[in-house]
Amino acid sequence: MKFDEIQLRLLDEIASLHEVPEGAYNIRSDSQAIGRRSTEHIVITPKKDVSGIDIEILPGTKNESVHIPVVLTKSGLKEVVYNDFYVGEGADVLIVAGCGIDNCGAADSEHDGVHRFFLKKGAKVRYVEKHYGSGSGKGKRILNPVTEAYLDEGAEMTMEMVQIKGVDDTERKTVASLKAGAKLVVRERLMTHDKQNAISTYEVVLDGEDSSADVVSRSVARDDSFQKFDAKIVGNAPCYGHTECDSIIMDRGRILAVPGLQANHVDAALMHEAAIGKIAGEQLVKLMTLGLTAEEAEEQIINGFLR
Amino acid sequence: MLELKNVSFIVPGDSGGKKEIVKDVSLVVEDGKLVVITGPNGGGKSTLAKLIMGVEKPTSGRIFFNGEDITDLSVTDRAKKGVSFAFQQPVKFKGLKVIDLLRIASGKHLSVGDACVYLSSVGLCARDYIDRELNSSLSGGELKRIEIAEILSRSTKLSIFDEPEAGIDLWSFNNLIKVFEDMRRNVRDGSIIIISHQERILNVADEIVVIGGGRVERKGSKEEILPTLLGSASVSNFCTGAGNKEGV
Repeated sequence: MKFDEIQLRLLDEIASLHEVPEGAYNIRSDSQAIGRRSTEHIVITPKKDVSGIDIEILPGTKNESVHIPVVLTKSGLKEVVYNDFYVGEGADVLIVAGCGIDNCGAADSEHDGVHRFFLKKGAKVRYVEKHYGSGSGKGKRILNPVTEAYLDEGAEMTMEMVQIKGVDDTERKTVASLKAGAKLVVRERLMTHDKQNAISTYEVVLDGEDSSADVVSRSVARDDSFQKFDAKIVGNAPCYGHTECDSIIMDRGRILAVPGLQANHVDAALMHEAAIGKIAGEQLVKLMTLGLTAEEAEEQIINGFLR
Repeated sequence: MLELKNVSFIVPGDSGGKKEIVKDVSLVVEDGKLVVITGPNGGGKSTLAKLIMGVEKPTSGRIFFNGEDITDLSVTDRAKKGVSFAFQQPVKFKGLKVIDLLRIASGKHLSVGDACVYLSSVGLCARDYIDRELNSSLSGGELKRIEIAEILSRSTKLSIFDEPEAGIDLWSFNNLIKVFEDMRRNVRDGSIIIISHQERILNVADEIVVIGGGRVERKGSKEEILPTLLGSASVSNFCTGAGNKEGV
């Protein structure tokens, strides 16, 4: 398998890949699978009825990874892809997804990935998803990911979702339900610029005793961009849920944070925090006293904030 | 060498009047000198420090640094010319780590080992701090010591410390005195200005300037000025005056 220059650049941005990854992988480019490998413990099979793959991770699989990056380099391409992950009991794996769109044409390019995760008892997943757009065409780069996670007893999932540059429109929907002792951690990092729109909606249902969810979004809205962060946690048992939206607003950017907590059990402890504001003047001055220009100071503050 | 010539800072006051924060201050801080600026709260000391750093601009008067008029230079330009400023209340950053600030301050990609030297000299166990974020998880005293470590890593010609003792515990305070004594020994072609009320800091000064009501009330050698201050309201012994904080 050989990558062209654009593919390589996109793969580097979304998955830090410079060559074929180790372990299991499925690399999709312009609606075609251009490379796929299963391993002894991780089996990838294409779906028959719709576009997408099934990834089966055998029980007890440890320290293995799955890379499933997607790149779009042709203008006007629209696709919906369904990927289902079945993670066996006691497995502990890293899953790296991500989508990069390069659109130099006039037509919109769109990738809508629907990812479903079924974690069996005690399974652990670290899921990393990066979105990136580039290209000078007038056609939009659109990504509408849907993520569903179903966590069995004692399962743990950490999701790191990053979208820093170039995606014009995104509507992210994440739903999860957790059984007893299961744990979900979400770290979302988002920066929008120009006239971009980004909507991120979460609904996490804590069904089991001692289940917990911690959903934290840090975002920066610059230029004329708009963001909506809508995070809802439902507590149906003795559980702990926390959502946080921490945002920096710049230029003419706009941000709407919508907290949503629903406690259906007297021992459900749910908390929401939200803060939106511009970069504090004293932070800029402080870094300027260390020799940075105002622009360099701003860059350092934002890079740190979105780290 | 730093020279202030007839520097004033006047802001609009209540009911249309004017409020003179700093009035016609003229001052010379020579190379190789450690100068402590002291005086009552609200007397204009912190504002004077900010005027030197460029955080505030004087409404009249000129500021010269090594013979160059820096009055109209930005904070960044003054920093690049070798002025450092340790804030009285350190600024917090979400996401930026201690090592990041030390690297920005030193202007180079400091190794963890080098960064540790600066942290150790302000009494922090470096390994515990290097990767910590500069956020509310650090105590006021910890942030303050990191702030001082940043200034040490810059090793500039002029270092200004605004009440470095505020919020620092007794053990760290002893260390802090040692830090200033070391700086004093190595200062030679640069100078240090410390704003402080603490007798022990006044004790390491070469010169003391007393600011009150926005004016220089007195200035002279430590031997000359210190005896006139002891027992006055503007100087506190650390044990009784610990945690002395002043609004800016």
